[in-house]
Amino acid sequence: MQTPAPTDYVRATSVSHAISLLEEHGEESRILAGGHSLLPMMKLRIARPEMLIDINELDELRGIRVDGDELVLGAMVTHREVLESPVLFEHYAIFRECEKVIADPLVRNRGTVGGSMCQADPSEDLSAVGSALRGSVVIQGASGTRTVPLREFHEGPYETQVEPAEIMTEVRFPIRPGAGSAYEKVERRVGDWPVCSAGVYVVVSDGLVTDCGIGLTAVSAEHFCAPAAEAFLIGKAPTEDNLRSAAQLAADAADPSSDQRGPADYKKHLANELTYRALVRAAAASQGA
Amino acid sequence: MTAVEEVPLSPAGNPIGFGNMKRVEDQRFVRGQGNYVDDVSLPGMVHGAILRSPFAHARINGIDTSRAEQLPGVLAVITGKVLEGIPRPDLLGDNFAWMPTLSYDTQAVLATDKVRFQGQEVAFVIATDRYIAKDALELIDVDYEPLEPVMDAKRAMEPGAPIIRDDKGQQDNSITDVHGHKDWESGNAIGTAEAIAAAQADPDCVVVTQEVMYPRVHPAPMETCGSVAFLDKVTGQLTLYTTSQAPHAHRTVYAMVAGLPEHKIRVISPDIGGGFGNKVGIYPGYVLSIVGSIVTGKPVKWMEDRNENLTSTSFARDYHMTGTIAATKEGKILAVDVDVLADHGAFNGVAQPTNYPAGFFHIFSGSYDYPNAHCKVTPVYTNKAPGGVAYACSFRITEAVYLIERLVDCLAAELGMDPAELRLKNLLRPEQFPYTSPTGWVYDSGQYENTMRLALEMADYDQLRREQAEKRARGEYMGIGLSFFTEGVGAGPRKDMDILGLGMADGIELRVHPTGKAVLRLSVQSQGQAHETTYAQIVAHELGIPPEDIEVVHGDTDQTPFGLGTYGSRSTPVSGAAAAVVSRKVKDKARQIAAAALECSPDDLEWQLGQWHVKGDPERAKTIQEIALLSHGSLELPDGVEGHLEATTVYNPPNLTYPYGCYVCVVDVDPGTGQVKVRRFIAVDDCGTRINPMVVEGQVHGGIADGIGMALMELIAFDEDGNCLGGSFMDYLLPTSMECPDYELGETVTPSPHHPIGAKGVGESATVGSPPAVVNAVIDAISPFGVRHADMPLTPANVWRAIQGRPVRVDMAVE
Amino acid sequence: MQVSMNINGEPVTADIEARKLLVHFIREDAGLRGTHWGCDTSNCGTCTVWVDGEAVKSCTVLAAQADGHEVRTVEGLEGADGLDPVQQGFIECHGLQCGFCTPGMLMTARWFLDRNPSPTKDEIREAISGQICRCTGYKNIVDAIHWAAEHPRTNEVTA
Repeated sequence: MQTPAPTDYVRATSVSHAISLLEEHGEESRILAGGHSLLPMMKLRIARPEMLIDINELDELRGIRVDGDELVLGAMVTHREVLESPVLFEHYAIFRECEKVIADPLVRNRGTVGGSMCQADPSEDLSAVGSALRGSVVIQGASGTRTVPLREFHEGPYETQVEPAEIMTEVRFPIRPGAGSAYEKVERRVGDWPVCSAGVYVVVSDGLVTDCGIGLTAVSAEHFCAPAAEAFLIGKAPTEDNLRSAAQLAADAADPSSDQRGPADYKKHLANELTYRALVRAAAASQGA
Repeated sequence: MTAVEEVPLSPAGNPIGFGNMKRVEDQRFVRGQGNYVDDVSLPGMVHGAILRSPFAHARINGIDTSRAEQLPGVLAVITGKVLEGIPRPDLLGDNFAWMPTLSYDTQAVLATDKVRFQGQEVAFVIATDRYIAKDALELIDVDYEPLEPVMDAKRAMEPGAPIIRDDKGQQDNSITDVHGHKDWESGNAIGTAEAIAAAQADPDCVVVTQEVMYPRVHPAPMETCGSVAFLDKVTGQLTLYTTSQAPHAHRTVYAMVAGLPEHKIRVISPDIGGGFGNKVGIYPGYVLSIVGSIVTGKPVKWMEDRNENLTSTSFARDYHMTGTIAATKEGKILAVDVDVLADHGAFNGVAQPTNYPAGFFHIFSGSYDYPNAHCKVTPVYTNKAPGGVAYACSFRITEAVYLIERLVDCLAAELGMDPAELRLKNLLRPEQFPYTSPTGWVYDSGQYENTMRLALEMADYDQLRREQAEKRARGEYMGIGLSFFTEGVGAGPRKDMDILGLGMADGIELRVHPTGKAVLRLSVQSQGQAHETTYAQIVAHELGIPPEDIEVVHGDTDQTPFGLGTYGSRSTPVSGAAAAVVSRKVKDKARQIAAAALECSPDDLEWQLGQWHVKGDPERAKTIQEIALLSHGSLELPDGVEGHLEATTVYNPPNLTYPYGCYVCVVDVDPGTGQVKVRRFIAVDDCGTRINPMVVEGQVHGGIADGIGMALMELIAFDEDGNCLGGSFMDYLLPTSMECPDYELGETVTPSPHHPIGAKGVGESATVGSPPAVVNAVIDAISPFGVRHADMPLTPANVWRAIQGRPVRVDMAVE
Repeated sequence: MQVSMNINGEPVTADIEARKLLVHFIREDAGLRGTHWGCDTSNCGTCTVWVDGEAVKSCTVLAAQADGHEVRTVEGLEGADGLDPVQQGFIECHGLQCGFCTPGMLMTARWFLDRNPSPTKDEIREAISGQICRCTGYKNIVDAIHWAAEHPRTNEVTA
């Protein structure tokens, strides 16, 4: 069986303790959240941190709550908690639809929102949701906290704005009354990473789209979103033609590469098709259908 | 004959004979008390790990192990150079750096001159701890000189292609079998060519040619391969716990390689976590664990990780097939001709009977009645892992069935005929059995049309076609796929079959103790097939001893007679027959003893399950248990009758058994995404007598899942640089509970006329029969887009590309 | 580092390297070989155990992370009154063949039924969708878990 390279392990007792441990151990230390991205990489010996700082005991990073007009998820909220959260579902069906197709029930028991976001896999489903909903993340360091919009969070595959001695503590999403949302994913098999996914929300008011967000993953869309498609839809009726046009614009934002999940032309097609399907359902949901 | 005759129940509630019986094995498995190879822990045991090549083709200019040797906890680092220095009796290589394959080729234990596939064994580290052993691998420096890899079988055949087996002095990449043949032909070449030419010239006939790729897949049992070896230097006794489907065959190969007598080698296959053909061959890791024990004097455990399992151990298929089928416009098949390019990887390591270098592929004429068939199989070396016969393929009948069942569907499309109707027109008829096929197989028994009609009835085929038409009118795409397969399993008759010179007959021993309890010692080994249960049922059926009173011993060469092991669905046809025959020997002897006790002639006795009694007087009887005690007691026995109640036999099957079946698969395809949902799967199998129908159905279930996996997702592909793209379960996708429907099973029972209990092998039937049903269903669904064929795996991407008329080459990296 | 955890109600303490995976701690330090491993990449679920009552893949948890926590394995399913219904269900419905994936399947099954005592077969399929079985094709596993749902549990072991 594959085994990690030698490492050390320490449990953080608070977020500030974790940050001081990161500062103490430098760039060779890594935060250990759910471990479901990091430990497999350590077993492959692609990741070789010398110190693991375990934040699983930090209750301050747990919990899902409403804070004013925002939904707030602690970084250590598990995928299962997102899947089963009534309050998230009440505001956005997309959370449940997306989480239902992330990995499998056991991985969802252990894997966390913060871990997934910070791993920043270019095929991460939650990144499409985060960008679609225009969420933001709260990052804490020794000098305090800062809030970064998710549409600015990623600097590239596996790279985020979280600095070596910082921790993501929360993800926040604006509540949008009347929004309908949906998630569409094509995977080679249940539990696989997406070939392509599209997540959207739409607010339809008096027959016109007044607000929307479109997220894409696994197709190299910049910041996991499709702004031109969003801009196109605002002020338009959610007709089949308009939604088709928006979906085409979303596909234009995708720049996928071929791999064993599929050739680039197929992924580009999926960006279009899945965006369209998600828009149809989200618009219908917003209109109470 | 009904599927299960009414049989009496034992005190424990088990059938005394055939019928559903809960498995004896389950008691330990549900408690976590199975004993698999990695559960074996011997005093002083140390751990081995293998350094593997990152290159598919490279020259080794040097290996520096000094840093690894200095790591605390490392006991030894073994390279090919070390093994080259150990001479051994000449048998396909005269030193330990090379070992024979089961096909009379040689395979490197550790690479010396070159590496020939990514994942090939380069060095072996032995350390006190498995983590340290892995650490040490990173400290071995190998100076590789990369060479052009040959990843495409067609490229391998081109002039100027890099020569892979220069160690053998080869001038090209062709493979020569032990008989000196480079092409493996079967059937009637001239008659087939003439029939096809005539059909081409005849306006009342059609000829369809289709290229069909059966891509490389892997059996991927949940337990990877491994071994624990201990050579006791004082006694000279080698004990090897190993993941082997064939412990006796392995022991003899080790004996030949090492020059040790068999009685100094004990091979134990404990509980095996699935085999599917992956655990038939001998891998370098097994040999290295033995070498490691010789070097260190300690027990050495080697367990491969999943990446090693997928990249280095026996793959399956990799057949590039071109089939031509000729038929009249009324749908009467006239001839089939097949040309195959067979990719065997870097070493010809296929496990199959010697005289069948393409396995049983040439049974490809299938279940249909036509006079002319011919195939030519051309094997080649490539820079891929060796293997080839694995994954429940019944010695390559999977490839054969897939080919003919795809060709028949292509023919149906050409003719505009319903594929069920076309099959029914051509199926062999009951009066034709025993039937000699155009390629020389003698099918033992079959009522094909009955089986097919049952499958169609269970599926409500006509209603499905109506539903399909309605859905198509709405722009929805459902597909209905059929397959009808015939297998030949139970290798095999001594006159025809051997592996490395070892005949394929199976020994067995049955001993009835004085109390009437019995122990049955089998040569075959279970990897989940419930032998501890079903073999007890065979003895119970023959002797009337309750199955719970019969202990089945297997998997230990010191405890069991010689035999060739469990693969190719051969256990029931060969060892199952042996169990019946040895029971009958005991029954005959019991008759002699009963006659002595009842003071009558043996001819006056009549058998009734569990007892011999005087004809017409059931009260004057001796039960088998009473006879067992008498046989060990003071009763005076007639001349020529020895005491005790036991027998042995070696069963040499007169022919293979020919199970068959008809499968119907129903899928829904989303043309916008290419996603396939298997909605229904109906399987009607005829495997003759069913010893334990519950176990038979379990075997069929597993095989259908295999077929869904291969048809839709499983694939070992490579990029042009030789990198394996299916080296983990993140990329080698196996079906989960979500892709598999609730299977609908049916049965017909046509006993094998030559098998003592009429049983046929069924372990691989569904793996053989299900892939074409799934593929035919998907192609049927997307046929309105003009698609007649697309290669497996039919992933969403491949289905979508096929619909667009842009199919991809599935075995190479997606461009 | 020294690690202590409670496995199936028994304290287990060992000096281990920080990198040691929980599956290896269970198998080698606690000597409980019923928990297997099958894939290295968190895909197969053969190594499933409970940590603090949650079903997790023990090849993707460090033993150090379980320090001070409660672990339960397949060996802890059987109670004084006999087999857990999920174990009995696998026997009744022929839910296993080679037996290798079985311990992980059983641990997920019990964990799942404790949360959803009357599941549909589709829900059962979803519950085990992170686990690979190569022998059964899943049908009988689904039936076995369904059987267990219909048979009351007398043991107190619970996730």
